[in-house]
Amino acid sequence: MKRLDILWSGIFGVMIWQAVVWITDAPHFILPSPLRVLGAAYDSRALIGEHAIVTATEVFIGLAIGVVLGVLTAIGLAVSPTARRLFLPILVFTQAVPVFALAPILTLWLGYGIGGKIVMTVLIIYFPITSSFYDGLTRVESNLLDLAQTMGATKTQIMRRIRIPSALPSLGSGLRLAAVYAPIGAVIGEWVGSSKGLGYLMLLANGRAKTDLMFASLIVLAIFAVSLHALVGKIADRLDEYST
Amino acid sequence: MKPTPSISLTGSYTINGDHLFGPLTIDIPAGQWTCLLGASGIGKSTILRLILGLKTAGIFSGNITASDGDVLTDRISYMAQSDLLLQWLNVRENVVLGARLRGEQPDMLRAKALIERVGLTSHQDKHPAALSGGMRQRAALARTLMEDRPIVLLDEPFSALDASTRADMQELAAEMLEGKTVLLVTHDPAEASRLGHKIILMSASEAMIWPPPDTAPIRAIDAPETITCQSALLNQLRGQNLEVPYETT
Repeated sequence: MKRLDILWSGIFGVMIWQAVVWITDAPHFILPSPLRVLGAAYDSRALIGEHAIVTATEVFIGLAIGVVLGVLTAIGLAVSPTARRLFLPILVFTQAVPVFALAPILTLWLGYGIGGKIVMTVLIIYFPITSSFYDGLTRVESNLLDLAQTMGATKTQIMRRIRIPSALPSLGSGLRLAAVYAPIGAVIGEWVGSSKGLGYLMLLANGRAKTDLMFASLIVLAIFAVSLHALVGKIADRLDEYST
Repeated sequence: MKPTPSISLTGSYTINGDHLFGPLTIDIPAGQWTCLLGASGIGKSTILRLILGLKTAGIFSGNITASDGDVLTDRISYMAQSDLLLQWLNVRENVVLGARLRGEQPDMLRAKALIERVGLTSHQDKHPAALSGGMRQRAALARTLMEDRPIVLLDEPFSALDASTRADMQELAAEMLEGKTVLLVTHDPAEASRLGHKIILMSASEAMIWPPPDTAPIRAIDAPETITCQSALLNQLRGQNLEVPYETT
């Protein structure tokens, strides 16, 4: 039922798009028709595919590194009061800096390759992962921790067998957010300076008034982002089974 | 194996400089059920946490000792009002939680026997979410017994259950904890009248020993002596008008 809804909603969107093209009679380099975009996507499939693979690589590597770093940071913060005192204010402060503003600096430091885009992706998902997992680790029912203590469990054993599993649903919410942010991070990185990736291709197509190719890239990017969100959502659903 | 110890607590407790209870003395005899009754927030659960060696919000000045002079904390198992079962483990895995936590090999034969005694054999592969409140509390009881410790502290473990399940659980617990030194914190006079070898009424200034019925526990709910004791306790509790400065958790 839900899938059918998505299909209908997609068809409805395309119909509105086509209607706007008819009503405004806009030239194709301002607003190409859906059919024209489909044609451009088909004609440039190899080109779009090549750049999409680059963006996907950045997103997946960035996600993996960001999740690992975020999880380790959250555990570190949960176990060490010193780490909390030193690191928590910095972490909150860095959130006040728009990560996008760092993109030019990252390009300057790391160049036009995928390194800067991966770092950008990592930066953008690091906070949601860290904060959601940390929240989960610190919000375990205190009676449960007391029970574990009376059973003679050490802090490490309590962390491993109670706090981390209890916090997995919170990590799941962080992952869902990260899946939305990660492609944004990669594409912004590509916009600021790159020679590959869907963000780069969109800028290039736009600059050459190939609006249909730009739209085609945008749609591929959107499909990728939605699929990623669905995939990560499935993983997060599994983590929800650990709710206490 | 060493004989089951009795416990003695003497002292007073302050929280943020305000006096909560004491000085008072609570003696918990060996191998019997002691029921600790009192108004909410008087510090009953705090007493329990102090004996368990857990952190509390205030400061206790006094002594908690076992009759044999040994350390208490590693000889106590604890059961709370909520079952505290881990949702991601099934009943069997929850019952052996202590060993799992400590990284030891659990004695699965013993676990199986305990699960059978609490009547959960056909549910042992289920997760807590699939069980009723009574079944979950029975699993928690099996987990408490799995620790095989001579002292058991119970913090209102049956208070969230419906009346008939609560009565069943009281009977099961009385049977299974026989011979252990048990401290039951409760606010239910009926529960204390059924289960207590000794009944202590706690107020801010004293721990008053209330005479239990003459018969041995566990007593029938409808036995005249249970009902008489329960009514007298209730009257006493209602007449106390205690001033309670803090709610404890």
